[in-house]
Amino acid sequence: MSMPFYVSPEQLMKDRADFARKGIARGRSLVAVQYADGVLFVSENPSQALHKVSEIYDRIAFAAVGRYNEFENLRIAGVRLADMRGYSYDRRDVTGRGLANAYAQTLGTIFSSGGEKPYEVEIFVAEVGDSIEDDTIYRLTYEGRVADEHGYAVMGGDAETVAAYLADHYADGATLEVALGVAVAALGHATEGGQTTDRVIPVGDLEVAVLDRTRTQPRKFARIRPARIEELLGERGPSEAAPAEAPEPPLSADSDDDPPVAPPL
Amino acid sequence: MNDARIPTAYMQPGTSSFSDFLSEHAPDLLPARKSLPAGSAADIAPHGTTIVAATFPGGLVMAGDRRATMGNVIAQRDIEKVFPADEYSVVGIAGTAGLAVEMVRLFQVELEHYEKIEGSILSLDGKANRLSALIRANLGMAMQGLAVVPMFAGYDLAQGTGRIFGYDVTGGRHEERSFFTVGSGSLFARGALKKLYRDNLTEAECVTLTVQALYDAADDDSATGGPDLSRRIFPVIYVVTADGARKLADEEVGSIADAVVAARMGRPDGPNAPILPGEEARR
Repeated sequence: MSMPFYVSPEQLMKDRADFARKGIARGRSLVAVQYADGVLFVSENPSQALHKVSEIYDRIAFAAVGRYNEFENLRIAGVRLADMRGYSYDRRDVTGRGLANAYAQTLGTIFSSGGEKPYEVEIFVAEVGDSIEDDTIYRLTYEGRVADEHGYAVMGGDAETVAAYLADHYADGATLEVALGVAVAALGHATEGGQTTDRVIPVGDLEVAVLDRTRTQPRKFARIRPARIEELLGERGPSEAAPAEAPEPPLSADSDDDPPVAPPL
Repeated sequence: MNDARIPTAYMQPGTSSFSDFLSEHAPDLLPARKSLPAGSAADIAPHGTTIVAATFPGGLVMAGDRRATMGNVIAQRDIEKVFPADEYSVVGIAGTAGLAVEMVRLFQVELEHYEKIEGSILSLDGKANRLSALIRANLGMAMQGLAVVPMFAGYDLAQGTGRIFGYDVTGGRHEERSFFTVGSGSLFARGALKKLYRDNLTEAECVTLTVQALYDAADDDSATGGPDLSRRIFPVIYVVTADGARKLADEEVGSIADAVVAARMGRPDGPNAPILPGEEARR
């Protein structure tokens, strides 16, 4: 007879949360900042093809950090949900809240189900309204928690340092230039052993997108290209690429821990 | 969106086509998936009529009249039959209005869906082919009198020109280089375009040309509506260039229509084309 080890539910959930958090913290940070005309997303992402920020619907955008294949699946599901709802009802019936709810249920179910590995992702769902007061940013965490963010929000990597910088420098209702300047400076800000360093991130390594309510088209999402980013940021001094990201260890190679033991017959 | 977990099908990568996704997971939402009782249903639903399109260097113009008919009755006098398909293309519809509008809605979502999932815009030929597939799916209903015959046109970003695609009810598509017409008044409109079209038109001339062609269609086809001066209802006109598709404002079309109608007061058959090359047109 095999005798399974007893693991308390608290411990089980803590282990799963630690696992997810570790995965999310491995990547770089992403910030969402409210500005006068909508919501701005900035992340340091050298890849031009694999986006962390994308369009879901007319007024809704999606941003994520963590494991790419997992958040890509969630993004596609979001696009399908939104298009399906907009097609069968009306474009105005697609809301960020509905989408955030669907994501929360999905992430929550996966996190607490025994059979699946928890998703190592954190997500922002942002929706732009007719005025600053109507703009919303929802934060969704790996365990399905939803939080309503105001002003600015940071996730992934060294989120605390970046958030602390934004807390000191963020101002409501800023122009795009100012908001982008603060967001990029925040991403370049780092603290190591009590020493703060400020790095100028190369324009080519920035992924920048906005939900801009002043766009005349019904689709308010727009990516901001490097030439325009350069123009918006102005002169910043010599730039410095980030140190290479730690490669993601394959799932099965947690060799520091004890190797799994086959159950006795 | 319901409050439960997102269904697994939504999370599976695979198709970037919204209509393919619908046909697998919500086939009832597809406009062409209805089975009709035997017999013709041609007279039960309003029909849209004439659409014309013409290219000019750097873009194209598509215009549609505003009439929908049901037998001898004018079902609607301000229907819109030209729609933006996406930022760089437009689609105009002739045939059963209810089905056609639904097909356009599906086509619009189809293009946007692909763009969002893939992160890139479909080629103009790709868009035209997708529309073929949607029309072909409607063949059964077309056989029973509920045909939808759209026209698709767009600015080809790769070639830098405006291109027009015509369709038949089986989804067969053909490209037209200079101008094209569909709908009940299309023969008369095409005759007008044949005589008036030149390949060096300016944008403004091209817009006026389409208004002239629609006037001629309305002149000889009872199902096509001419400019309604008393109600100020004018053709819907889209101009597509490298800057994207733009709908002309009512005032803009109104002043062109006023000028066209005023000229017809003197010469009801419209502008005169020369009979022999080199000959001046006689007024």
